[in-house]
This record gives sequence, C-alpha cells and structure tokens, in this order.
Amino acid sequence: MSTARARFARLARHYLYFTGCFGAFLLALTLLEKDGMPRVWIGYLFMFATIVLYAVIGVLSRTSNVSEYYVAGRRVPALFNGMATAADWISAASFISLAGGLYLHGFDGLAYIMGWTGGYCLVALLIAPYLRKFAQYTIPDFLAARYAGGSGGRGNPVRLMAVGATIIVSFTYVVAQIYAVGLIASRFTGVDFSVGIFLGLASILVCSFLGGMRAITWTQVAQYIIIMVAFLIPTMWLSAKHVGNPLPQVAYGAVLPKLAAREAQLASDPKELAVRAIFTERAEAYAQRIRALPASWEAGRREVLGELDAVRLRAGSLIDIRATERRVAAYPATASEAAKLWSDQQAANLARALPPEPHATPFPGPDREQSDSRRNNFLALVFCLMLGTAALPHILMRSYTTPSVRETRVSVFWTLFFILLVYLTIPALAVLVKYDIYTHLVGSDFSHLPNWVSYWASVDKLNPLIAIADINHDGIVQLAEIAIDGDVLVLATPEIGGLPYVISGLVAAGALAAALSTADGLLLAISNALSHDIYYKVVDPAASTQKRVTISKLLLLAVAFIAAYAASQKPADILSLVGAAFSLAGSALFPALVMGVFWKRANHAGALAGMVSGFGVCIYYMLHTNPVLGGSVASQWFHIAPISAGVFGVPAGMAVLVAVSLMTRAPDAHSTSFIDHIRAPE
Amino acid sequence: MTMPTDPRSRVPPVPPAPAPAPAAMVHPVTPPNPGAAADDAGAAAQRQLAQLAARSRHWQRTRRLTFGLLAVWFAASFCSVFFARELAALSLFGWPLSFYLAAQGAALIYLAIVGAYAAGMRRVDRRYGRELQQQFGPATGPEPGMSARGETP
Repeated sequence: MSTARARFARLARHYLYFTGCFGAFLLALTLLEKDGMPRVWIGYLFMFATIVLYAVIGVLSRTSNVSEYYVAGRRVPALFNGMATAADWISAASFISLAGGLYLHGFDGLAYIMGWTGGYCLVALLIAPYLRKFAQYTIPDFLAARYAGGSGGRGNPVRLMAVGATIIVSFTYVVAQIYAVGLIASRFTGVDFSVGIFLGLASILVCSFLGGMRAITWTQVAQYIIIMVAFLIPTMWLSAKHVGNPLPQVAYGAVLPKLAAREAQLASDPKELAVRAIFTERAEAYAQRIRALPASWEAGRREVLGELDAVRLRAGSLIDIRATERRVAAYPATASEAAKLWSDQQAANLARALPPEPHATPFPGPDREQSDSRRNNFLALVFCLMLGTAALPHILMRSYTTPSVRETRVSVFWTLFFILLVYLTIPALAVLVKYDIYTHLVGSDFSHLPNWVSYWASVDKLNPLIAIADINHDGIVQLAEIAIDGDVLVLATPEIGGLPYVISGLVAAGALAAALSTADGLLLAISNALSHDIYYKVVDPAASTQKRVTISKLLLLAVAFIAAYAASQKPADILSLVGAAFSLAGSALFPALVMGVFWKRANHAGALAGMVSGFGVCIYYMLHTNPVLGGSVASQWFHIAPISAGVFGVPAGMAVLVAVSLMTRAPDAHSTSFIDHIRAPE
Repeated sequence: MTMPTDPRSRVPPVPPAPAPAPAAMVHPVTPPNPGAAADDAGAAAQRQLAQLAARSRHWQRTRRLTFGLLAVWFAASFCSVFFARELAALSLFGWPLSFYLAAQGAALIYLAIVGAYAAGMRRVDRRYGRELQQQFGPATGPEPGMSARGETP
C-alpha cells in the first residue's frame, strides 16, 4: 500500500514539474513573440518541442516485458489511468470539430456531447470492472475465455470475430487521426500534408514501438495536460472578454438569451432577406438547368469552350487563359455528371437561403412530423454513440492497466471527469464564438474585416475554412454571406479573443496531442489484436514471451505504415465512415460483452451468431442508406440516418444472441465458474 | 425483492466437488482450513453452501446497484431528450432546461452515476469480501500461483 502511495506521489511530482516547465516554455515563447519572432517559427517550435517531448517519454519507458508492454504492468494509479484514457478518448474530432459541429447544428450537435459522455456509464457499470477482474490482455481474450467453444474449446471462432471487429473499427478511426495530424501540421507550419503525416507517424512510433502500453500511458498523461491547457486558456479568455467571467461553463448562460435575441433579429433583417433571395434565385437557376438536361449541358459546354477560344484569340494574359482552362476542366464531363453536380449546388444554395436556426431550441421544424424525425435521429445517434463508446477496444483495453478492480472503477470516474473538463467547455465555446460572429463580424464593413478572417480564409485553398463574399454588393457583411467550416472555430478562437499568436501555436499543439494520443492507443489495440490474439493464441501458442513482444512491435510498425499510407491518399470514403465506427463497434461487440457478464446462459454459438448478425445488420443498413456507399436516402427505416445504423444492429445482435443461446446447449461448468469468478468480490 | 433469475435457485442442492477450474481464474471453493479434516462431509458441504449464498447475495447487491443507476442513466439521456420540446419552456439559471441538460446536465449526472457506482461497489465488495474471508479463511484472496496483481505468470 505504501509503495503504491509513494509511486503516486512520485508520479504526481513528475507531472507537476512537467506542467511547470510547459508553462515556462509558453511564457518564454510569449516574450520571444513580443521581441518579434516570426509566426512560422512559433508554429515549428511548438510542433517539434511537443514531438520531441513525446519521444523522450517513449524512450524513457521502453520495455520488452510482456506485462509492461501489453498492460503497463497493471500498476497505473486510477487518477493517471483516467487522464491517459481521457487523452486516448479526446480525438482530433473532439478537439477540433466538435465545437464547430455545435456551432453549425445547434441543439442537434449536442447528441455528440451526450453520447460520448454517457457511454462511460456503460463502461463503468457493465464492462470495465469485470474485464479487470479477468486480468488478461485484450478484449478478444475476454470474449474467447467467456465463450469457450469451437475446436478444442478455446473460443477461437469468437476470438477471430472479435479481432475482425477490433481491426475494422480501429483502423477507420486511426486513419482519420493520422489524416488530422497531417492537416494540423500543414495548416500551422505550412509543411506539406504528407510530410506532416510522416512527422506525426515518427512520434507515434517512437513512443508505442519502444514501450507499448507503458510508454503510451505516460505519454498520454502528458498529452492530456497539453490538451486541457490548450483548450481551456483561449476559451476562458474569450469568456472573460465577453461576459467578464473566466469560467465559460458557467458564464455562457448569460450570453444565450442575447444570442437568441440576435438570431431573431437576423432572421427578419431586410438585408439578410435580400441575400437569401439571391441564393434562392441561384438555386432556381440550377433547377432550370437540371430540367433542361441534356441540352443545357451542351449549351454550357459550348459556352465555356467559346470563352476559352475568345481569350486565346485576343491573346489574353496567361492568368486569364489558365483560369479559363481550369473552368473548362472543371466543367462536368457528361450530362449525368452535370445532373449530380448541379443538384449538389442547388442544394448548397438552398441551404444558404435558409434563415439561421435558433441555437438552443430543440428540434425546430416546419411541422410536427419533421420535428419528431429530428428527435428520433437525435435519440438514435445518442444510443449508438453510447453503446459504441462502451465497445471501443482501445478504451476498454485501458481497464486492464490499473492495480485492482476497485481502482478500475475509480479510474473510469477520473476518465469521465477529465473528459468533462474539456467537453463541458465545448458548448460554451460554440455559443461564445457564435455570439461574437453574429454581433461583431455580421454588420461590419468589408474593407475592415478582422485579421483572423483573412488569415484563415487563405490557409486551405481547396476547402476554405471561412469564406465571405459580398453577395448583395452593399459593402456590409451579412450572416448569410458567411460560409464557415466548423473546424475554424477552435483554430481561430485565440485570434477572435485577441490573444497573441503563441496561443494559436498552443492550440495547434493541443490538437496534435489529441490526434497523436488517440492514434497511439488505436495502433496498440490493432497490433495487440494481431500479435496477441492471432499470432500467440491461434498460430503459435508455444511462442516465447520475447518473441511475442518482438512480433507485436513489428506488427505495430507495419500497421502504422499502412494507416499512414491510407491517410496520405486522403480517402474521403474512409473519413466519412469514422462516425460509423461507433455503430459498428456497438453492434458487433456490445451484446457479447454485456451478456457475457450478466447472463450465464449465453454460450459460444449464441455469441458468435449475435456478433455476426449485429455486424451484418449494421453494415447492411449503412450500404443501403449511405449515398457515399451507393445507397439511397429513400431506403431508410423510420428516417434514421445511416450513421445510427447501430440502433438496428445492437438489438438484432442482442436478439440473435439470446435466441441462438437458448436453442443450443447451455455453457459447461467451466464457463459458469468463469462467470462466478469475474462477478466475485476481490 | 425476488428476482426470477436469482442465482441461488440455480445452485445445485449438493454442490459437486469444485469444478475443474480454469487455471488461475477461479478461487477454490473448498476452504483450505486445516480443521476441515476433522469435520464430517456434511459440515463441509454446508460451509460451501453458505459461501455460495454469500457470493450470490453479493451479486444480487451488485446487480441492484447497477440496474438502479442504469435507470437514472436512461432517464437522464433518453427521457430528457424525448421530452426536450416540452422541457424547453422551463429554465434553469437562465438556460432553457432541455438545452442545459443536453449540453452539461446529463454529462454531470453521468459523472455522479459513475462516482456513486465506484463508492457503492467499494462498500459492497468490502462487506462481502470480509464476510467471505471471516467464514472461510483467506480462500477469497489471490490463490497461490497468482501475484497480488492478479497476474498469471
């Protein structure tokens, strides 16, 4: 007991030193910036300093011991395990995109806040303590031991199914994280996107390759501290500026009524109405062109080609010729392509012609039916995110690393606590920035746009983060003239609040930490599933511990490079599927995990059938309803969006698990005593 | 509270000799009490039954706590959203109630649930852990061959 306490004190001291040094680093950079250090150097410094820091922690905690490599020796105190899990959890999407999502979608966006926190109740109550009592290494381990069966009674079919689900879920997720690393690096330091990816990859590898779970845990604690500081400082500043109260989580309540009043004012403002009328006209023009296909496509094609000839004939400037050539290249190649492009543009224009939705009103809609449909989608999404959270292997894996079952329960509490430090701030940030944009940016003069607008408008040329065009030519910014990408919210907060550029660098470092910490955990989950569950448990059960760790490290390397390669291809389809990973994880793993603890009658055949059918239903629904995957919106059941496919997959998996278990033989004494063991007090 | 799936009902009247337990996973059910040799077989069986009963009471308490807290979780997440439009008229310190619940309230309730579970289970475990230990000696502790951290070699 006293050694544990001494260990805790030592760790706490180390991380306090670390936080102090980090503060000193920030202060030093602030002074340097005052002395005229260029922005790009600050970006470089932040990026390299943090990556070197993670690498140093990785090198210091290198190990080849199996227990250290897979579960950090099972002696991570609850508080630190909670911090590490929180860093594992807070991904690039949470850090960068969530606040933007709330800005854009208002009440609907809160489904993510609820889903991503409520899932921890299920982790704490239904799964984590029992995994820790079981005390092995991976999630497939647990399922295979509980549902022993198959040839030799080792539960290999269930194990392989669980490995498959782990890999599919974690791989889509890790590609998105590495993609985010490339994006952050290129936006803040101006390095090439793929260079950014491989820099991030190097830092991930030094850490997880050398020390596995042990190195990842201690790096993640440091990363959490950076994430928290980077998220809270600018938000607190903004809150102090607007409300005079540096606690944004409390203060934004005062801004909400003011925002609602401003929204109502903007909804009926004559200038806003004029801009929206222009967008409606544009949408109507696209509708006419679509109706006149294919003649309109021919006419349009002749027109752009004619323009190109005209420019060439009058020997226009090279810039003019290039610009016209680009327009010719961008013109749809066939009439059907034109139909698709134009209907997309029609929809985009129609969307911008809509008045702003009130931020805090739940499920606004023209009639009760549409409003109900939004509510049902909200509920379905919350359900899928919660059950998915409770089945994500890289999070559950963390319940093995604490010294006892009791500490695992406490660790989930700390995890949620540390996640909430950031998550409770996100709705506040969205409201504060929205208020700032609605009152300060809207109505300002086009010749005096704030600096942050022009800076962030020019950062990403292909998908501008913010674009403002004077649609009705009155020289004044209207709300309907602003097209904003949610990501800009967190990235630009320091500048909106008028903070020095150092804080922007800090935010970039925080976003990088969020993406890297999640990628670390995911890569370890994948390579452990491959090395421990496939290689050691199925292929070569006689492998020596040394060999197991070596194989695991090699596989980690391979998986990391494949993921980085996939991310460098900018795969739009994988990125759009990240939200779907929650539905898949929940449908495939949640029923088997929970029934394995709470229902003694569940057996091998039932679990296998349940996992296959849950996964199958989920995939089937996604393929049939997601336009990206070739489905159509018309085939939705109860108007539920494809991202919430788990709302059908989980009950299907659960029902099949129960039915097949009851139809087949009850589990043997071996399984029953296993359940008694994991349920018993320590 | 009688549960239809009360595990006690599934305990065989005379438990067989301890099931061939998976190595290093199940605590031996027979008490390694040196005085046991003097007892007759009936007393040993009775002791075993008492231990099973204590374990199943522990599990019953665990389950009651778990499902009670899950009911709170369900109400906080799904009922609050289902009736969000009705709750929007009410306000809490300036926030519309449904917005506050979805943005922060539910998350804080989740934190309370996880905290209450950790504290509650600590009490339950301690109580039944002690009971099992008092009656049956150190049988519920880690068995030989397992390190204190439950590590298998």
